[in-house]
Parts: sequence; C-alpha cells; structure tokens
Amino acid sequence: RFGQLSSGSDMAPDWTMKEVSTGTTIMAVEYDGGVVIGADSRTTTGAYIANRVTDKLTPIHDRIFCCRSGSAADTQAIADVVTYQLGFHSIELDEAPLVQTAANLFKASCYRYREELMAGIIVAGWDKRRGGQVYTVPVGGMLVRQPVSVGGSGSTYIYGYMDSNYKPNMTKDQCLRLVSGALSLAMERDGSSGGVVRLAAISETGVDRQVILGNQLPKWSTA
Amino acid sequence: KMLDDSLEPGWLSEEVKTGTTIIAIEFDGGVVLGSDSRVSAGETVVNRVMNKLSLLHDKIYCALSGSAADAQTIAEMVNYQLDVHSIEVGEDPQVRSAATLVKNISYKYKEELSAHLIVAGWDKRGGGQVYVTLNGLLSRQPFAVGGSGSSYVYGFVDAEYRKAMSKEDCQQFVVNTLSLAMSRDGSSGGVAYLVTIDEKGAEEKCILGNELPTFYDQ
Repeated sequence: RFGQLSSGSDMAPDWTMKEVSTGTTIMAVEYDGGVVIGADSRTTTGAYIANRVTDKLTPIHDRIFCCRSGSAADTQAIADVVTYQLGFHSIELDEAPLVQTAANLFKASCYRYREELMAGIIVAGWDKRRGGQVYTVPVGGMLVRQPVSVGGSGSTYIYGYMDSNYKPNMTKDQCLRLVSGALSLAMERDGSSGGVVRLAAISETGVDRQVILGNQLPKWSTA
Repeated sequence: KMLDDSLEPGWLSEEVKTGTTIIAIEFDGGVVLGSDSRVSAGETVVNRVMNKLSLLHDKIYCALSGSAADAQTIAEMVNYQLDVHSIEVGEDPQVRSAATLVKNISYKYKEELSAHLIVAGWDKRGGGQVYVTLNGLLSRQPFAVGGSGSSYVYGFVDAEYRKAMSKEDCQQFVVNTLSLAMSRDGSSGGVAYLVTIDEKGAEEKCILGNELPTFYDQ
C-alpha cells in the first residue's frame, strides 16, 4: 500500500474492476444564522479519477443540502428518494420543511437498508424554527446533530485540526476559512480526495455557492 | 463485535499492540520526541503507563509503534549493535547509523514484523535529525508522526508546522499534537512522554493526563 510504484494485475486496468466511489472529504459547520458546508470534487473507480469536478453538495430543498460520501450510486439514489419525500411533505404542510425532517428521512433509508448500502451523509441547512443545523448520518444509519461534522475517507486526517481550530459562535467568514482550510489539508493527504473545493453558505436569505480552484487553495509550509 | 461469547477475557488471546501516537521533530540544535502511553490487547488496556520512547544510545532515541513485542525487540537489537559500533569507531554513533540499523531489520523481516520505529537524535556531524523507517524504507524528514493516532493529526501538523521553530515551540507542538490524537484515537491515551535531545544530552519528561492541553469539547 504505502510506497508502491504499481499494484494489481497489469493486464486489465484497475478501474474496470472497481466500484465507483466518492472517496471524499466532506464537512459542515453551524454558525449563528446558518451553516457552511464544503466538499472536495474527486470521484474514483479504483485508481482512476472518473470525475475530477464532482459536485458532492446536493440540494434536497431550497435551504437544505446534503454532503455525500461513500458509494456514488447509493448516495445519489438515497438523495433522489429523500428529495421526492421531502418535496411531497412540504406541499402537504404548505411551508418550508425542517432540516431535522430531512435528516430523519435520510436516516430512515440508511438504517433500513444498512446491509446493502455504503453511504455516509451530512445533512445541513437552515429553517426558521432552529436556524442553522448540521446532522450527520454515517454508515450504519445513526443520526446525531453536531455543531461541526466531518465525513468521508479524508476526514480522519483533519480531526486534530478541527478540534484545535473550531470555537463555538464563529462568524460565517470564520467558518468559510475553517472549512476551506480543513478540506485543503485533507485533500493534500488523502489520495481519494482532491480537485477543487466546493463551498456553500445556507441562511435565511438563501444559498451562496463558491468554488475554490486548486491553485487558489490555502497553502501550508510543508507543501 | 457486540457481544462477547467466550468465557475468557479478550486480553488472553488478543495480540498486544502499542496502538499509539508517536511524533518526532527537528529543531536547530536537537530533536523532540513524544509518545502516548497506552498498550492494548484487543479492547483491554494492558499497560496505561508504558514509555514508548526507547534509548538506542546516549543521544539517540526511537519511538515505538505497532506490535509491542516486535518494536521492543528491534529496539533492543539496535541498542546492542550501536554499542558495538560506537566502540569500534571510538566515538558517539551518528543518528543516520542508528536509523540504518533499524531499517535493515525492518526491511529484511518486513513480512514477519509489524512495527514502525521513528529514530531521532543529535550528533555532531548533522545536528538534530529525524528518520522514518516505515516498511523498511529510510527517509529523513523535518518532522514525522506515526502510529494509529497519527491519522487524526496529519491535518493539524501540516497546518501548524513552521520551519525554524525553537526548542520550546517544538515541545509545545508535540504536546498539542499528542493531546489531540489521544482524544480521538481509542488505541492512544494515558500520559504523554517527551524526550528532548541536544548537544548536552537527553532530557525525559512525563506529562500527566490532566495536565495536557484541552481543546474544544474536552
């Protein structure tokens, strides 16, 4: 694994035999008035990067997004199901749905089909009852609300950075800097994460999306 | 593994591992090494105060991780080989020599061993030096982290490391890194051991759990 120059059979290319996965680093942070979410943009089939500009921040409703990690097929299918369920529910209610509702819909699918699925999802958004909220639904189908959540294969490398740099009651700009900094560190170390950093800030006024290209990412002295 | 079906405690049959977080960093004039103190056998902690910073020579130490037996044996063998070598050459051995001896064992027996040692120390020719010997390679780095807990702090060390840090900055850097890793990695914990090596010698220090720096949600 470490320090190998080549691996596997040289007859058939590696990527013909591997499932498509969003290797990934995803992250979401609550602030007073909304949430900031971020993700890398790499989708891999084995060692081949099938998509280097993937959008892993998927809208579920006007002010509710999900960050997807794990199997690309599984997470897209679950997100489609939840988008339908939440849209229907919102029409019945005749008002904007709660982030907690969206999170519970994800949990219901991820838990019921836990044996067949490989999906780690972070649900984040804004609603008028509780403001900005982040809920994490990791592999297995548990549901928990957290002020900050990281996910995906690259997340292990940034737990230390997040623990030392997150403070409660940060502003939106501080959250954007924390997320883009953490994602660029993870992308540097995790082979399954890379490409560009996609960010979104969700609040009462709407959704503000941005993309940070590779050469514009924060740099650290070891790079 | 949710329910334990056997009547025997896990630690009788599980391999003893130093789950671990280890770190070493160079500064101008020496090195600082740090480690946690947890040794686990499966889910049981069989030693909560083990010092994983092992002496190879007066001013050369190594940090142990992986299988406790393998790591300790390699360190003892290299300690003996270095004693012989330093008598033959009539002076203190170079850090690079110690690292090469560790690498030779790790590479030759790489299929049978599962231990990773980080070698660090001071010699008059090269000053403070840190070498990694993972899987039998030999590479000098300004700083190195290892063990199961290291995964959680790669982001932190990449962000916080700056070139030309002072001895005190390095010690604080090591303590912060160990504290973060120990709070996230189930196989790391206990107390933090620090060793600072410079021209004058090696100074050992132990920082108890409640004296370690705390971060958000601790």
